[in-house]
Amino acid sequence: MRPPWGRPELYSDYKQDMALFDTRSKALGTAVLLVVAALLPLMTPDDLLAILYTGLVLAIGAIGLNLVTGYAGQVSLGHAFFVGVGAYTAAVISGDPDARRLGYGIEFVPLWLLGAGAVAAVFGAIVAPLATRLRGLYLAVVTLGLVFIGQYFFREFREMSGGAEQSRGAAEPVLFGMNLTDGGAFTEEQKLFWFGLVLLVIFGVLARNIARSRVGRAFQAIRDRDVAAGVMGVNLTRYKVIAFTISSFYAGVCGALLYAGIGSFTPEEFGLLMSIQFIAIVLIGGVATISGTIMGAMLIAMLPRIAEELPAFVPFLSTSASESPNVFQFQEVMYGVLIVAFLLFEPRGLFGIWHRIRIYWKSFPFSY
Amino acid sequence: MSDLLGSIAGGLGQGSIYALLAVGFVMIYKAMGVISFAQPAFMMAGALLVTYLAPEIGFFLAVPVAAIAIAGVSLVVERVAIRPMVGKAVFVIAIITIGIDVIVRTVAGAFIGRDPRPIGDPWGNATVSIGSVTVYERHIAAFIVAAVLVAALFAFFRWTPIGLAMRASALDQEAAMAQGVSVGAVFAVSWGLAGALATVAGVFAASNTGGTMDRNLWLVALAALPVIILGGLDSFGGAVLGGLIIGVVQRVVGDYHREWFPFLDTNLFLITPYLVMFVVLLVRPYGLFGTKEVERV
Repeated sequence: MRPPWGRPELYSDYKQDMALFDTRSKALGTAVLLVVAALLPLMTPDDLLAILYTGLVLAIGAIGLNLVTGYAGQVSLGHAFFVGVGAYTAAVISGDPDARRLGYGIEFVPLWLLGAGAVAAVFGAIVAPLATRLRGLYLAVVTLGLVFIGQYFFREFREMSGGAEQSRGAAEPVLFGMNLTDGGAFTEEQKLFWFGLVLLVIFGVLARNIARSRVGRAFQAIRDRDVAAGVMGVNLTRYKVIAFTISSFYAGVCGALLYAGIGSFTPEEFGLLMSIQFIAIVLIGGVATISGTIMGAMLIAMLPRIAEELPAFVPFLSTSASESPNVFQFQEVMYGVLIVAFLLFEPRGLFGIWHRIRIYWKSFPFSY
Repeated sequence: MSDLLGSIAGGLGQGSIYALLAVGFVMIYKAMGVISFAQPAFMMAGALLVTYLAPEIGFFLAVPVAAIAIAGVSLVVERVAIRPMVGKAVFVIAIITIGIDVIVRTVAGAFIGRDPRPIGDPWGNATVSIGSVTVYERHIAAFIVAAVLVAALFAFFRWTPIGLAMRASALDQEAAMAQGVSVGAVFAVSWGLAGALATVAGVFAASNTGGTMDRNLWLVALAALPVIILGGLDSFGGAVLGGLIIGVVQRVVGDYHREWFPFLDTNLFLITPYLVMFVVLLVRPYGLFGTKEVERV
């Protein structure tokens, strides 16, 4: 039984310990946050909403990376490859059949969304057996190789991508016969934001449930000590394959949605920088937390905007790409600086900061 | 036949660059058990420094000066960002090095500018004929320099006190510490030497891409990662041999891929190192010469 308000972190039964919302204040806080997020598009300018939509979609992809890297402890630098597979699959399924690039014209959202996830998951399952043979840094380098090989094939598969540095149209989100990217009662950005929010809630809750179930516990056992996990009866191969498959599914979904606002993308997008971006999100947000990952994704998505605003305060920063130092370089440096700074000073990420604030107020008069 | 021999000779030149880089990677791995993903950035920064120094003090003086300077930068990075993390999970340190790579690479990239910068090497496209085979002088130079440096390194590990300390701490850090080896100094020397090697490799890599460098030079160093995986992360001999193998295979594929795979347009040699790595790892998960990790309960 849950006491009316309860003392935080006092669990009186197992069910409460494992619950999605273990205290009422957490449930209430989440509900308030959701209401605020749902009302946000009505009072936020459209350009900011577009950035927030990117943040929501990046969060879905980063949750996938966090499942495999944060929970299961398998370092993957290859996330960009799976995002790319998802983006191209969705674009091919929903693309115009009469256009120059490959397309089947099936515009129904759930179909191309799940299709993108499923195809990426298949690739994840193909790579996983190789990954299960390797540990630690060997795995990191192999997944890094995956990014380069993937980019090569995206460029090479001309019917699909158009070739190197060529863009193709992204999947168009059409729901109940209404294209979300068209104007109307609400603007494109507002509709996309709601769409992204709903999907993030679905995939976030799903990931949280995976993490607190048998599968998630197996992942964490493998991360903490794989030999011990094996001895306890966790099937290492099986759970590593599951981790990679689920993670790739999330990456595929993320890729399918990522370019809905912009409308097109090139094979060059899915390079090492994107993988580093996802690693940065996971580390900045907090390893092995879902809520932290969402915070990290929002921060990374806002980074270009923050960089854009900066020349007003820092006069030597230029907004033109041909001069240095410029905002684009600042933005790229910030990925590195944030990764290093968080790992050195706040290894638990934004979630760790939030956790400390929470503990401070929880034990208020006696906090030290 | 002489075409094939020419490809192999060119591959050995390219492979020497990989070998130099791979030895740097292995040195850091043996010292701290971590792959330093910052090596590509140091390589690019080193080559960049040479492009600035060469017109002033001449190419042959610029290379050692730049190598020492980058070794210094690499020492500072190790002291500031890596040393506090010693004892943390390996992958955390590896990801810090990714962060450092991004920072150093972007800062260096800001000094490159829009056009490729000439490295000022004296070889250019000059060739020598050995029998019926035409070989680029720059490949011969790379091969000789790599051979000399690798031999010097092996002598350094074999006969100097700090080299002995490095071998000892690679074998067992705690035991080495108990014997009075300063493990901190070993880390510093490993990073410094790796930075210097990366600079030399960067110079030859730039001279290989038409004597100029641009922002994509660091991709060459990433191709050295499959090399160390192929040779085994903790084997110097494996790194050198793996570098030469990858270099030769890459060049042969690069020269013949239009005959063998006419349906592939893009340059297949760019991803050859990764493909070779995949194949080798499927057969031998710890590389050709790597130590198999012993699992004990």
